Amino acid sequence: MEGTLNLVGFGLAAIGPGIATGLIFAAYINGVARQPEARNVLQPIAFLGFALAEALALFGLVLAFVL
Amino acid sequence: MFFGLVSRMGVQAASDEGFNPPDAGDFNLPPFLEGNQFATKPILLVFLSVILISVFFYLSARKAALVPSRFQFAGESIYSFVRNDLGRDVIGHEFMRFVPYLFTLFTFILVNNIFGIVPFIQFPTMSRVSFPYVLAAFTFFVFHYVGIRKQGLWTYLKGIMFIPGVPKPAYILITPLELATYFLVRPMTLSLRLFANMFAGHLLLLVFILGGEHLLQGVIGLKLVSPFSFAIGIALTFFEFMVQCLQAYIFTLLTALYIAGALADEH
Repeated sequence: MEGTLNLVGFGLAAIGPGIATGLIFAAYINGVARQPEARNVLQPIAFLGFALAEALALFGLVLAFVL
Repeated sequence: MFFGLVSRMGVQAASDEGFNPPDAGDFNLPPFLEGNQFATKPILLVFLSVILISVFFYLSARKAALVPSRFQFAGESIYSFVRNDLGRDVIGHEFMRFVPYLFTLFTFILVNNIFGIVPFIQFPTMSRVSFPYVLAAFTFFVFHYVGIRKQGLWTYLKGIMFIPGVPKPAYILITPLELATYFLVRPMTLSLRLFANMFAGHLLLLVFILGGEHLLQGVIGLKLVSPFSFAIGIALTFFEFMVQCLQAYIFTLLTALYIAGALADEH
């Protein structure tokens, strides 16, 4: 088998952002379920948080290729 | 002419033994004109996107009428989305000054991202890191310039470095962190987020499509698995479309947020 350990490291590093993204959308769904009219307010916030959390996973991907 | 516009086909057919998985080298397209290193596919796509955007919005606004045609409606809904949802709601009452910039940014990134799934083009320009770097540099200069113009150099820097309501000893820790956030982390994350999303998405599509193609050349058992790989590739193409729109939105949203932060008197 060939390959680099970097990708294993990336897999481990992606756990955190994965959980984070799940928590963000769980909170968003909870919020909309409780107060459906707040959807338009919550949506940009949820996607912003999602983008910030997901960026960490993607930095891991970039570093896995660079290092 | 097509040499360099298609990255993998020749490579994959030439190597008979084993599947060589796609890697970062697949994004390195050689120039298609001999000896002219600027004539590469990403550059071509940027020019194409500029032409497409200008022609589309010129045509949609040319015969503007009170009762809009379908074409005019499409152009105007994109514009009003950027103006209202990204400009007015985020920046506040001074938003009209920034709408041209936000609108240019949004359409430019959107079209260049969507090139990643358009048949026969299929290369997201933003997966070459230099393009997001330049866009993030524009945003970086815009929001600092706006902040300095609005508040004056010293007040602006003081607003960044010394947040009010913090105990004095904590500034030892907070001031370097805040400076790093504004001058290093923001432009870096802005550009790397866009780049990494497009890079990872294109890589993902390459893995499934090229993998399916490679399975087709195998024994009969592998041939039967190959359609599943293609099916996942097609499903991921739709997923990529969502990601590409989302990233254009997020880049513009963050730009608007940074501008709003620079315009606000206290942080």
